[in-house]
Amino acid sequence: MLSLRNLHARVGEREILKGLSLEVPAGEVHAVMGPNGAGKSTLSYVLTGRPGYEVTEGAAELDGVDLLGLEANERAAQGLFLSFQYPLEIPGVPALTFIRTALNAQRRARGEAEMSAPDFLKRARACAADLRMDFDMLKRPLNVGFSGGEKKRMEVLQMALLSPRFMILDETDSGLDIDALRIVSEGVNALRAPDRSMLVITHYQRLLDYIRPDRVHVLADGRIVASGGPEMALELEREGYDKYARAA
Amino acid sequence: MNLDEAIRLRDPTRLPSRRDEDWRWTDLRGLLRTLPEPSQPLPTDAIGPGPFDGLAGEVLIVANGSGPEEIRIGEGETRTLVLRHISRGDGAHTSRLRIDVGPSARLTLLESHEGGGAGLSLLGVDLQLGADSACERLVVADMDPDAVAVVELDARLAAGAGLSQTLLTTGARRQRFETRVRHPGQGAQVRLDGVYVLRERRHADLTSSVRHEGPGGRTDQLARGMVDDQARAVFQGRIIVQEGADGTDARMAHNALILSDRAEVDARPELEIYADDVACAHGATVGALDDEVLFYMRQRGLPEGEARSLLVASFLGEVIDRVGSPEAAERIRSWLQARIGAGD
Repeated sequence: MLSLRNLHARVGEREILKGLSLEVPAGEVHAVMGPNGAGKSTLSYVLTGRPGYEVTEGAAELDGVDLLGLEANERAAQGLFLSFQYPLEIPGVPALTFIRTALNAQRRARGEAEMSAPDFLKRARACAADLRMDFDMLKRPLNVGFSGGEKKRMEVLQMALLSPRFMILDETDSGLDIDALRIVSEGVNALRAPDRSMLVITHYQRLLDYIRPDRVHVLADGRIVASGGPEMALELEREGYDKYARAA
Repeated sequence: MNLDEAIRLRDPTRLPSRRDEDWRWTDLRGLLRTLPEPSQPLPTDAIGPGPFDGLAGEVLIVANGSGPEEIRIGEGETRTLVLRHISRGDGAHTSRLRIDVGPSARLTLLESHEGGGAGLSLLGVDLQLGADSACERLVVADMDPDAVAVVELDARLAAGAGLSQTLLTTGARRQRFETRVRHPGQGAQVRLDGVYVLRERRHADLTSSVRHEGPGGRTDQLARGMVDDQARAVFQGRIIVQEGADGTDARMAHNALILSDRAEVDARPELEIYADDVACAHGATVGALDDEVLFYMRQRGLPEGEARSLLVASFLGEVIDRVGSPEAAERIRSWLQARIGAGD
């Protein structure tokens, strides 16, 4: 599904990804762990096409489609979703309006019919209930005045409503207490499907107790330096990243 | 400096210039070396549809300066009037309409400024609001890019009266809205709002002064706008609280979005307070759209143009949320939406 080959990227003059290769097959959840500054957030921005993140070498494909030649919104329409570490506030635009506008923009880009307001509302109500969110919150401007945990829930709600094929979760556990973490993880797990994959980016192993990965990769100094099964997350938690940082 | 005399006497030396403190950002003398000929009469039978069609039974037209000069709204009456100022050609003209709103009467004034050609116009309304009366004035200005125009409102309120104004403009070659209010306090309330959407080399100036002359008055002002390309916006808001106007509550905010490095916003909020126990506040911000927010929106699938329009529309739409008359609010909301989307 997602295929990254020898990806090099820089921000300004600084090279941050230095030949990163990674394959995530359909239906799998892969975790990327690594020390601060290894390039974890850069990877998520490079894949989603954030301006200022320049790819100098390598390839990134989603089901054979070259992502790097597409605008950020075109990548979203291809089914790529990034759950932000720090979701942004959008003053004056109610969450429901925003999500429906985004969903219909994606559908238009794919040549599909737009979703009607009643159909959308029905789905939004069901998703909000699953995430134990007060539906009235969706009438408020997106993320404005929301707590960290509410923002993360809103990210998962958007994920569920936009139903992407490939999801990147960037430090989704940061700012969550244990109850919120469980609810958010349940929301994410409910989206696991044979035709859908995820990349879970995290510094700590804690999140992976809730969202069980099929594979774990260690990102250090801009490259994947080690890969293994889910047990690798526990080993990293115990032993830290030192030996990989040195190896890099 | 007197624009009315300048036009009537065709004397450019009487035009307001940047040497006049209140006109320093909207210099007319530097712009016009000579004054245009007086405008030709404009037949009103061939005038097309206007922005407020269908919202009022009564439509008044001021065509190249000619039109009604006085209107009275009787005591206790409720009326909605459409007032269309239509200017064509490259001549100069002035007009002055006096509106008397009787005690306890209600007037909704839906005013438009259309055309303008390449001429010069000074269009004024004198508004007298009787005790406990109310007037909501909504103005949309869609002028030609070469027009030079000054639109004035002089309002005088009696005790207990309410004036609410919302101006929306796309600017012109040089354009100014000047609103002067004499506020008696004593339960009277004033709301003076404005929205500008300026592109290319257009200019709009929202200037206002509210003079609180008695105790216990309220004034609330919110102006928002966006400037793109090489456009220029001017906001000058002055609130004067005279001696004895104790307990006045006055708030003023101006927030601008600059979408291009070559666009400009000049703002001067002023509060002059000579009374006691007064609550006054003013806030002004000038900024750009947030790149991080734009990326977030695009990551969810919105094309950049649509993301920008949505942000601008929600920012400016908060001014429309304050409009009292729901039908007119919907009309100007779609008017505004069409002009925000036009740049993408």
